[in-house]
Amino acid sequence: MSMTMAEKILAKSAGKKESEAGEIVMANIDVAMTHDLTGPLSVESFEKIGTPKVWDPEKIVIVFDHQVPADSLDAANNHLVMRQFVKEQKIKNFYDVREGVCHQVLPEKGHIVPGEVVVGTDSHTCTHGALGAFSTGIGSTDMAMVFSTGQLWFKVPETIRFEIEGTLGNYVSAKDVVLNIIGQIGADGATYKACEFVGSTVKEMNVSDRMVLCNMAIEMGGKTGLVEPDEKTLQYVNARSNKSYEVMKTDLDAPSLETMHIDVNELEPQIACPHHVDNVKPVSDVDGIEIDQVFLGSCTNGRISDLRDAAKILKGNHVSDSVRMLVIPASREVYTKALDEGLMNTFVDAGALVTNPCCGPCLGGHVGLIGPGEVSLSTSNRNFRGRQGSPEGEVYLSSASVAAASAIIGKITDPRNIKF
Amino acid sequence: MEGNVWKFGDDIDTDIIIPGRYLVVIDPKELAKHVMEGLDPDFHNKINEGDFILGGKNFGCGSSREHAPLAFKGAGVSAVIAESFARIFYRNSINVGIPLLEAPGISKHLETGDKIEVDMDKGVIRKLETGEEYKFQKLPEFMLEILDKGGLIPYVKEQME
Ligand code: SF4
Repeated sequence: MSMTMAEKILAKSAGKKESEAGEIVMANIDVAMTHDLTGPLSVESFEKIGTPKVWDPEKIVIVFDHQVPADSLDAANNHLVMRQFVKEQKIKNFYDVREGVCHQVLPEKGHIVPGEVVVGTDSHTCTHGALGAFSTGIGSTDMAMVFSTGQLWFKVPETIRFEIEGTLGNYVSAKDVVLNIIGQIGADGATYKACEFVGSTVKEMNVSDRMVLCNMAIEMGGKTGLVEPDEKTLQYVNARSNKSYEVMKTDLDAPSLETMHIDVNELEPQIACPHHVDNVKPVSDVDGIEIDQVFLGSCTNGRISDLRDAAKILKGNHVSDSVRMLVIPASREVYTKALDEGLMNTFVDAGALVTNPCCGPCLGGHVGLIGPGEVSLSTSNRNFRGRQGSPEGEVYLSSASVAAASAIIGKITDPRNIKF
Repeated sequence: MEGNVWKFGDDIDTDIIIPGRYLVVIDPKELAKHVMEGLDPDFHNKINEGDFILGGKNFGCGSSREHAPLAFKGAGVSAVIAESFARIFYRNSINVGIPLLEAPGISKHLETGDKIEVDMDKGVIRKLETGEEYKFQKLPEFMLEILDKGGLIPYVKEQME
């Protein structure tokens, strides 16, 4: 039977030869990730089930990233709960406050390989599909079941294949491509579906850019993002993991497949405007909107390539007096690389604030909140009302290049129009 | 189940249902004090035990926080009704024991303040004032079983025994 990548991976994980969209399967989980914010609820639920030991302490990965270092007593308590759990259950893969955002840390540390089923108590767990795994966000109670049994039920999704063709122009990036797709199909355009990204543009992209595409699959309702593994994927994975794995690819005649074509040759930088991620406009439509804060970071665009893009523009320039700019590398590895390459000097010299790797203001819980009436331009993935602080604030989303150019001017700015 | 309807629009995200700054709390009663705070800071004083939340399409999109259905549970919500749901919110709600009723077209027929009655077995919502009935998609058997046991935890617990 012809199957999609998602169908093949789920069939294998359920110990079956075949599975088809719509079917409910009980999958064996290969990697289960939780973090400091949704972890305590998972642990509480696990304790309510009453299983004394987790199913497999080697397959659980715990990352502290949302509130690190602890910014309140509640956060400190949450960290204590999780450290205790790690100790009691002998969890092997534990990354305390220093390592960075979970969706960057997991692939970097070799936990993600093609063909496996990955679940995480975080909606952007779909990011890991960039390496050819079936990876999806679940709730804390779901995670308690995984901790107890190693299994979870899934409805096998249909697949939308986005065939992306063309060459990206100057200062146009993967973020602009995916924002454009979300703008076209809407915040529920791919609900329950696997979003597969293919085509010549994706082939050209490095692993980081592919993670940007998959990261935002949830913003169109998708269950997972997926990119078929190629040499670049395998090079990345082999350098970081010694797990064995199986590469699975979509059969083009699979019945549950739907295809959408996207031409990016003429694409200009894109902006998601308040308060919905699918409220997407080309930068020329919003050019000149005044901003109070710029956030460069998150599991979407806090990688080394993003920091390089931004530093190129900021070098020798200064952040506008009316703007606070926060630079938050997505992980310690990214941080170290940026230090080695001198990017951090560029940011600090330009007047930006650099913090430790963490989620930062992305979800409005930790550093750098915005007040009533303030406007944030952010390289993260969500601009919901109140997401970065006050419900009366506004959040625009963009690529790293647009964020850097706008920080200098103090207004939303198309980097292509300016000589830096 | 019988109660009043509270109506909201399309794309109600989980940051609206329970803003990120409250996620350090996990007690449903505490969370309920901030339920829907993103749209109406006074909402927790208006809603009563047994009431229904009515949304448009893509209800519960965004973050996977289980705190969102827990806040509804703490507030005593009997069920959430919507044109369509985002998938993680869907799983989470069933798992914590909040029924979700998917009823395309429903927001045309009901308004805030309407009194309704829901029959889970028949898949019918009845407006008490007029007696009009609207169908919703009945849940698969095993989800009804999970709800019947009071959520995924008691369900798994029973299976483990
Ligand atoms: S960076 Fe933002 S979107 Fe990513 S995991 Fe952290 S809070 Fe979630």
